[in-house]
Amino acid sequence: MIFALKRLVALAVTLMVASVLVFFVVEVVPGDPAAYMLGLNAAPDTVSALRSELGLDRTGFARWFEWISGMLVGDFGVSYTYRTEISTMVLDRVVVSLPLAIYALLLAVVIAFPAGVLAASHRRGVGDTAVMGFTQIGVAIPNFWFAMLLVLVFAIHWRWFPSGGFPGWSGGAFDALKALTLPAIALALPQAAILARVLRSSLLDTLGQDYIRTARAKGLSPRATLWKHALRNAMIPVLTIVGLQFSFLLAGAIIIENVFYLPGLGRLIFQAISSRDLVVVESVVMLLVFAVVVVTFVVDLAYAWIDPRLRR
Amino acid sequence: MSAPGFLYVAIASVWLASAAQAARTDVTIGMQLEPPNLDPTGGAAAAIDEIVYANVFEGLTRFGPDGSVLPGLALEWSPKDGGKYYVFALRDNVTFHDGSAFTAEDVVFTLDRARSEDSTNAQKALFENIERVDIIDPTTVEIHLAEPSGVLPFNLAWGDAVMVDEASVDTLATAPVGTGPFRFERWVQGDRVELVRNDDYWGEAVALEKASFRFISEPTAAFSAMMAGDIDAFPNFPAPENIPQFEADPRFSAVVGSTEGETILAMNNAKAPLDDIRVRRAIAHAIDRAAIIDGAMFGFGTPIGTHFAPHHPDYVDLVEASGFDQDAAKALLDEAGVTDLTLSLKLPPPSYARRGGEIIAAQLREIGINTEIENLEWAQWLEQVFKGKDFDLTIVSHTEPLDIGIYARPDYYFQYDDADFQAMMESLATETDAAARSALLVDAQNKIAEDQVNAYLFQLAKTGVAAVGLQGLWENSPTQANDLTGVFWQD
Repeated sequence: MIFALKRLVALAVTLMVASVLVFFVVEVVPGDPAAYMLGLNAAPDTVSALRSELGLDRTGFARWFEWISGMLVGDFGVSYTYRTEISTMVLDRVVVSLPLAIYALLLAVVIAFPAGVLAASHRRGVGDTAVMGFTQIGVAIPNFWFAMLLVLVFAIHWRWFPSGGFPGWSGGAFDALKALTLPAIALALPQAAILARVLRSSLLDTLGQDYIRTARAKGLSPRATLWKHALRNAMIPVLTIVGLQFSFLLAGAIIIENVFYLPGLGRLIFQAISSRDLVVVESVVMLLVFAVVVVTFVVDLAYAWIDPRLRR
Repeated sequence: MSAPGFLYVAIASVWLASAAQAARTDVTIGMQLEPPNLDPTGGAAAAIDEIVYANVFEGLTRFGPDGSVLPGLALEWSPKDGGKYYVFALRDNVTFHDGSAFTAEDVVFTLDRARSEDSTNAQKALFENIERVDIIDPTTVEIHLAEPSGVLPFNLAWGDAVMVDEASVDTLATAPVGTGPFRFERWVQGDRVELVRNDDYWGEAVALEKASFRFISEPTAAFSAMMAGDIDAFPNFPAPENIPQFEADPRFSAVVGSTEGETILAMNNAKAPLDDIRVRRAIAHAIDRAAIIDGAMFGFGTPIGTHFAPHHPDYVDLVEASGFDQDAAKALLDEAGVTDLTLSLKLPPPSYARRGGEIIAAQLREIGINTEIENLEWAQWLEQVFKGKDFDLTIVSHTEPLDIGIYARPDYYFQYDDADFQAMMESLATETDAAARSALLVDAQNKIAEDQVNAYLFQLAKTGVAAVGLQGLWENSPTQANDLTGVFWQD
């Protein structure tokens, strides 16, 4: 309990510091959203009219205060360029990005676990060599290139999946998941390769420990030793990687989102940065910081669950 | 079921299937950029007009596919008192998509709003000459001008001059309400905008029942989407290098035309040594337009010698006057006494600029000018180059129709300040006689070519691709639009 409380305080402090950093770093970026919106023929007084309509003529501190106090009550403000509530915009993107991240992570775990366990339990065997070879390739291949190959084969040649886009959840989960399948595979494979290698080396480490020898000496079968004793203790580094990967998949899918023209969070940030829609950038970055901090918190709790020594 | 009965059913179902195929009434159009909002009267983004112009919104006049000015919500118009005021006769059976009637009051509201002090219309200058708008009766308005003008019907054809209703004006950005043949259905931000046929349209009903515009920024993704059949047409395909591949594929046809985009190597006329006309001429002569069009645009584009669209009837071909001539360029530099020159070349994101910039840098090196290339995002470009005038050279395509008037603005980013040219534009604004207008436009083209304000590169081509059978898309783009009123599927 005390452990969880300590982690919660750390979480709140991290968020506070992040909010200040995010706002002021984004605010110093050169470029005027009003000038961007009005283009090459606009007269200077039209630009200043738009600036005052958007509230950009006020001081940075006034805008920061409004932003931060709005956020505390769940009001993210209104986008400069889209003129819609940021909370609705972000929610529209989260329903794409979050399922995609979860889908990709599940795929990665489903592929990596058997592969990692197989490799570790048959060290230097055929299975191990195969897994190590494939994961080497998996780590080396850029995911956008792999994504384009998937499109070429499954969307253009066989037409099993759409080449991109997202139909929305209202049209049924099947179509939505179908649209997310190729992107999820493209995201999952490199992650699976990393995860499998981490799991393998962590398991090998654990299998070399004294208590494993003790377990074997008291007559436990290799399989039972692996499942009952080694796996649980090998999980700590694996969980760390899974936590990092989830944060990466949530925010870092931008290239894959572009290849599959998915309306996700990554593309929203990208678009907002290029049009200098600063409030959107700030709010989405803050949301991602929040997600990363929460994931780290959950991973911390999971450490404690796996290894009771960490609860102190 | 008897055998003949079965046969009838079989024939009927085959017929129905083929009829269903023949009557395909939906289309998916690909666009590279998503519009920031859907209000053409409150933003400059071309992507806004590419969705709503002529489809959702209509103005008193409109552009036809060839750039001519056609009647829109006005049946006819006539200049009075030498162009001092215009009488517009409005159509009387027009309703907005929310059911309210379009009347003379909407014309007054729209035009007052566009030129009001706090207007955020990106082309506010189009309306500056309007003094007042009088209602004569519900279907007749008089537009009074401060100075007599011949360009009012042209100005009112722009997407920035479409008619809006006071009741729906606050939601135009996200839920546009116009009078056009399509009504707005929904916008899935980041993905697509959907339009459906307006069954209460005043004019001829359109063939399409549903149109969606999908946003695909990545050229390779755009290519895949076309190849996979997820997109029916990409009117401004982002990668010209793929066009031959589409042409070779029997499922597609390439739709190549011209745009209003004069692509120029703009020079900072107020900054030494570019304030010396000999240096500007040397730079212009150093440039081999054919190499740029081939290398950067894969052969798509028409060379220009002045800031004017080659398809315009008043265009003067001045390419030869600043033709590729390295000896002349070197001689001009010697004459100006310029040696060891290094210039900044700031490039916005489009490929014409990034690819063209590399080629121009190599060509300038041939005559002894070094360049420092700096790649900028649009927002940076607007800040540094357009507003801050902190540049020597830049490449940009000016896409507004008939925009030679920017050369009369001394504070415009390339900073050309010439009293003669400004006088020409002033007389053009008030000239209503067609022949005299043509003569003025010809003089203006010659003037900026002679003064070599910028190096004029090429007219941007419109490289589009469409599924075979999709007919009626605009080949050229006299204004940035995807007018779907004449689009239909042919089997």
